[in-house]
Amino acid sequence: MNRRDVVITGIGIASSLGEGLETHAAALAAGGPPVVDTESFKPYPLHPLAALELDKQIPKKSDQRQMEPWQRLGVYAAGLALDSAGLKEDAEAKSALQVIVAAGGGERDHAVDAAILEGLRGANEPGAFLNERLMGDLRPTLFLAQLSNLLAGNIAIVHGVTGPSRTFMGEEQAGVDAIRTAHARIASGQSDLMLVGGAYNAERRDMLLLFELGGYLHRDDFRPVFERESAPGLITGSAGAFLVLESAERAAARGAKAHAKLKHAGAARSRREAGTVQSALTTLLGGFGPIAGDALAISAATGCSGVTAEEAAAIAATAPTAKRTATGDLVGHGVEAAFPVSVALAAIALSAGQAREAIVTGAGHWRGEGAAHLVQA
Amino acid sequence: MTTHRDAKGRPLVAVTGLGVVTSLGQGKETNWQALTAGKSGIHRIDRFPTEGLKTSIGGTVDFLFDGSFTAPQLSEKLATLAAEEAVGQSGIGTAGDFPGELFMAVPPVEMEWPQKQELAQSIDGAVDYDSLLRAAATHKYSKMHELFVFGGVADHIADRFGTKGSPISLSTACSSGATAIQMGVEAIRRGDTQAALCIGTDGSIHAEALIRFSLLSALSTQNDSPESAAKPFSKNRDGFVMGEGAGALVLEDYDHALARGATILGIVAGCGERGDGFHRTRSSPDGKPAILAMQDALADAGLTPDDVDYINAHGTSTPENDKMEAMSCAAVFGERMPSLPISSNKSMIGHTLTAAGAVEAVISFLTIANGTIPPTINYVNPDPAIALDVVPNEARKAKVKTIISNSFGFGGQNTCLVLTAPPEAA
Repeated sequence: MNRRDVVITGIGIASSLGEGLETHAAALAAGGPPVVDTESFKPYPLHPLAALELDKQIPKKSDQRQMEPWQRLGVYAAGLALDSAGLKEDAEAKSALQVIVAAGGGERDHAVDAAILEGLRGANEPGAFLNERLMGDLRPTLFLAQLSNLLAGNIAIVHGVTGPSRTFMGEEQAGVDAIRTAHARIASGQSDLMLVGGAYNAERRDMLLLFELGGYLHRDDFRPVFERESAPGLITGSAGAFLVLESAERAAARGAKAHAKLKHAGAARSRREAGTVQSALTTLLGGFGPIAGDALAISAATGCSGVTAEEAAAIAATAPTAKRTATGDLVGHGVEAAFPVSVALAAIALSAGQAREAIVTGAGHWRGEGAAHLVQA
Repeated sequence: MTTHRDAKGRPLVAVTGLGVVTSLGQGKETNWQALTAGKSGIHRIDRFPTEGLKTSIGGTVDFLFDGSFTAPQLSEKLATLAAEEAVGQSGIGTAGDFPGELFMAVPPVEMEWPQKQELAQSIDGAVDYDSLLRAAATHKYSKMHELFVFGGVADHIADRFGTKGSPISLSTACSSGATAIQMGVEAIRRGDTQAALCIGTDGSIHAEALIRFSLLSALSTQNDSPESAAKPFSKNRDGFVMGEGAGALVLEDYDHALARGATILGIVAGCGERGDGFHRTRSSPDGKPAILAMQDALADAGLTPDDVDYINAHGTSTPENDKMEAMSCAAVFGERMPSLPISSNKSMIGHTLTAAGAVEAVISFLTIANGTIPPTINYVNPDPAIALDVVPNEARKAKVKTIISNSFGFGGQNTCLVLTAPPEAA
């Protein structure tokens, strides 16, 4: 099929630094500093979400109440992206707008879980006890705030986006595949307009628990992503980013400003043996053709052992003189949102004239590798 | 070599392998016999205590494990069995080397109560998430991480079957299985891959999952007679019955399949999908998104409503879905609707949730191949407000060349597939 140019006409981003293009462009230019909370979830440092005026994007309190924080963050960032693309009031466009969301799930009611676990230890009939407590203590609507595809559902309800949506799961790689698939659909002519992104709420012990089970968390103080060899691991951050991707023709026809051109987006799944991440990323980057010497390299690296060094090596081999910036050093690691946030940061840098070309890389903490290539529009 | 293209100039997407597991049993043959005999796979749940629950029935798959297991483990097992059957029938590639991409509808997973309890057992003093984190930090339970990451099931399937590229784990709620097929179709049409393994799997009936749906009043509470609780389109329908299962399809560029001499089982001719911003769990009362999804699927296939021989309904047996679906079908098919057969597999296997779209697509292709429409069982008290030919209670012989299969889900997900007979039989 004919490959068409894909441009980014809308960027919505919110993180520990705040919201919007200017805030994040300034952080990119300055290289930080990050906002870190080392106390609230001690011994695990994380980057808490900046206070957002939710009413600006989610006007109805009843909608806000029916969502958990990760959904509110995602709906908020999606709203920013629609505003940025000039599509918020365009009902016709929103009825055709196709959505891909990279989502996890959750969030647990921590107090209910703790009380039930405590009670289960002394229960004579644990099964009946569990049933009784869950029937009595779970809020009926909590389920909807936990369902992965309900971030997309809430984007539809709150922003009136009635085009179809798909939700990808699978930690970091969900974000990579969301961007990859949205790009492929437009490049191949299957779609003209896509809203793609993800959101992650780091301020929850249930997700810290999942990562700590596998030994994937960094402890105590903040340390830059590529300087954690002696104490590897994730420092998670609350962040959400959505992008409006559009065929160049459609964008030009409506006179929309293109922040950047998304030239390539690719994904791989390496076996995770020594050297496989470096090899997978090098192959993906090699497929993008020559990279300018003064390009920007945004890395969604996790800080986890081995894979982070391999990602650095792949960047160094492909773009040795590129200016490397770790997304984690600005806003922390956003798991499903990590790659969309990183692509958004690259697009912001290009839009602000900080670079003419950018590559984005990311190796998931456990599985999956991805890369993207952006140039000025 | 001749290249075959559809009406829009795209590669035709052939089906060359099918596999299925439901509460009725493992494999196409077992399921087909039960489905055409009008058997129900719904029974009393004995996997966990149901004391105090409003619903105590389901279509659980109980014949695969002896000991205890988690939802991701059962979901993976179901997917593995369905995929082995599909890949085996297709004869594509070699063992452990599937020459195409993987698209998987998987239930959202999270740490389950037995595993949390296992951690809690090791804690002295009060149990809260901080003490659970301290227990986790011993790294004695590191296998739980891989068990409960969202991408785990698809990663294991990708390893086992040797699929290529980055596997997709997706959810569009109760239309997920259909979305997995749609994504395979799109990838083949783009030329990204010549084959796709598309799977919908769901083995997530545990206490909390059941309670969540129960708290939303979505489930049938007619526990006294499990086999007749799922009664789509009946006047006394009172909710869906949760089911488990998996469906797997090998999709292939038609020319690629012909070139290797594969048997073509059918064509996925069209896909339609629409969002719905009306409500988190309820469909637009006017049925517009469902109507448009069906019309889009037909248009994508280059067909008209008159070409459709049978509708494989979403037919959950909830008051709202069945009414909305009937109304939407009437809008799409007009005067034909009272005489156009529409039946719900869910009357027998329950609602297999994440897997449903894939399981029902597999059954749809069996319907085409066998010239028999599986019935809607438990249809003894017709809803007079819904005048439909639901193929009541007994299977019916019929020449079926073109099927529309509907899937609708929470969060405004509407996905419809147009499935057709192989071209030489058409």
